[in-house]
Amino acid sequence: MSHVTSTSDGAFTPRPGAAPLSRMIRAQAALETRMLLRNGEQLLLTVVIPTLLLVLFSAVDIVDTGDGEAVDFLAPGVLALAVMSTAFTGQAIATGFERRYGVLKRLGATPLPRWALMTAKTCSVLVTEVLQIVLLTVIAFALGWSPQGNPFAVLLLLVLGTAAFSGLGLLMAGTLKAEVTLAAANLVFLLLLVGGGVIVPMEKFPGGVRAALELLPISALSDGLRDVLQHGAGMPWGDLGILAVWAVLGLGAAAKFFRWE
Amino acid sequence: MRSVFPGDTPEAPGRPAVEVRGLVKRYGPKTAVDGLDLSVARGGLTAVLGPNGAGKTTTIETCEGYRRPDAGTVRVLGLDPVADAAALRPRVGVMLQSGGVYAGARAEEMLRHVASLHAHPLDVPSLIDRLGLGSCGRTPYRRLSGGQQQRLALAMAVVGRPELVFLDEPTAGLDPQARHATWELVRELRTDGVTVVLTTHYMDEAEALADDVAIIDSGKVIAQGSPEELCRGGAENTLRFSGRPGLDLGSLLKALPAQSTAAELTPGTYRVGGRIDPQLLATVTTWCAQNGVMPDRIAVERHTLEDVFLELTGKELRA
Ligand SMILES: Nc1ncnc2c1ncn2[C@@H]1O[C@H](COP(=O)(O)OP(=O)(O)OP(=O)(O)O)[C@@H](O)[C@H]1O
Ligand SMILES: [Mg+2]
Repeated sequence: MSHVTSTSDGAFTPRPGAAPLSRMIRAQAALETRMLLRNGEQLLLTVVIPTLLLVLFSAVDIVDTGDGEAVDFLAPGVLALAVMSTAFTGQAIATGFERRYGVLKRLGATPLPRWALMTAKTCSVLVTEVLQIVLLTVIAFALGWSPQGNPFAVLLLLVLGTAAFSGLGLLMAGTLKAEVTLAAANLVFLLLLVGGGVIVPMEKFPGGVRAALELLPISALSDGLRDVLQHGAGMPWGDLGILAVWAVLGLGAAAKFFRWE
Repeated sequence: MRSVFPGDTPEAPGRPAVEVRGLVKRYGPKTAVDGLDLSVARGGLTAVLGPNGAGKTTTIETCEGYRRPDAGTVRVLGLDPVADAAALRPRVGVMLQSGGVYAGARAEEMLRHVASLHAHPLDVPSLIDRLGLGSCGRTPYRRLSGGQQQRLALAMAVVGRPELVFLDEPTAGLDPQARHATWELVRELRTDGVTVVLTTHYMDEAEALADDVAIIDSGKVIAQGSPEELCRGGAENTLRFSGRPGLDLGSLLKALPAQSTAAELTPGTYRVGGRIDPQLLATVTTWCAQNGVMPDRIAVERHTLEDVFLELTGKELRA
């Protein structure tokens, strides 16, 4: 036995304690947001693709967007896409890998309660969405966008859309392997981009297919936003209802089936 | 076992920091931990040794509240690791065997973050300095070397100033300098009153650091005690010497205590087995003097913890 006596100044003398909850949640949300903004693939998904679609399809007449300015049709769709990219695709992939690399497990041993971790994740998603929406709105205005309608209805659609996509994203991240989540989340993003009324009007699909597609959360969100922002509708109750059902199902299933390790 | 009074923890002074009784943990048909008993004294340093797959991580993670026992009881600081998790989390530091950090996070950023979740954390820059993490700079976690990742995980376990830390293989894969820096830090934790439970595959580490060693095999504790006790008990020590060939060992055996053995291994080299203490050594040298033998190259061979370990767990590789 080599008995080296440590000359300690008592730095490690126990003094345990949790930080105040509000500080923990703020710190966690800030870290999650930094991780997201630092990740190149995530930025491609959440910023570059929505921006490119908005600019490209407004400038070039590739898809027939119906009567009126193309940007008036496209801006609501791209806002819906932005919500999906952050709340669903981005969150599913990031959380899937956090689970895979034991980040969720390790955080579970800190004083941060699980519900506070999920709250912080939601805050981080909302902060990212605000940044996306500001950016896309500025670009859309530069392209001649003239939105109308009730801002409160828009807000409600965005919040319910975020809840619906978060539930589905977390369900995926908490049950599938990280690699499967990565592939599936990207595939779903692509399919919903095409089939969810984001840039391709739903009228392009045959009747039966269209009826099914209209029940998707992305279609409800893009259709609802378009009803309000392009056509000046009041509360799009039907679309809000579809989003609410997805939110309840998704968040409920995620809460039940999510595995932390 | 739960206390009815908030803030009043059911901790009698002198009660062990960790008490595991009859712990059973199964994964499907596989029994990873099979009736394990372990007691960790408060303020001490306990090393858990055992071959790959012995059940060390499973046991530690049950104490950390990650797994529910299939049978048996676990108490940590007098509390139930699952039911009282919220009360325990600020008080217990955890170093997982691997992972636990965002792939894109920088070492200092992650350590600062964990510090910010605690009320009275350690000074982050000096901890970074002590563990040589300063050179990690802006490199994301996924590109840090294995040793750097290990040291970050250790720093994260202690930054919240816990009463008790569980370190799962804290020196696996470290270079000698980093290993000694870790040993120093672990010793200092103990000096400052932190209870330390660590797992290791290195016998020298257990001998150098631990007050108490528990050897686990196939999910059971097969020996527990101080390194000295383990080296003394169980395995027998031996005394060797050289002399004239063909000595009559019968008269020596008569002089020695009952369970001793004596043999001429090769002509002129002798081995005495049994409990080798100063009295026995004196008996042997007296006998040599009486027989006019100069005992050449006389040596007491003390068993190392490694001998004890291999003797107890066998030499064959584990699955
Ligand atoms: N999540 C799991 N699912 C199934 N089997 C598991 C799981 N975790 C551990 N095991 C099995 O339980 C046994 C004990 O594993 P454990 O990780 O506790 O061993 P260990 O002593 O920590 O080993 P090592 O020294 O290799 O880290 C092993 O046989 C292992 O394969
Ligand atoms: Mg292990």
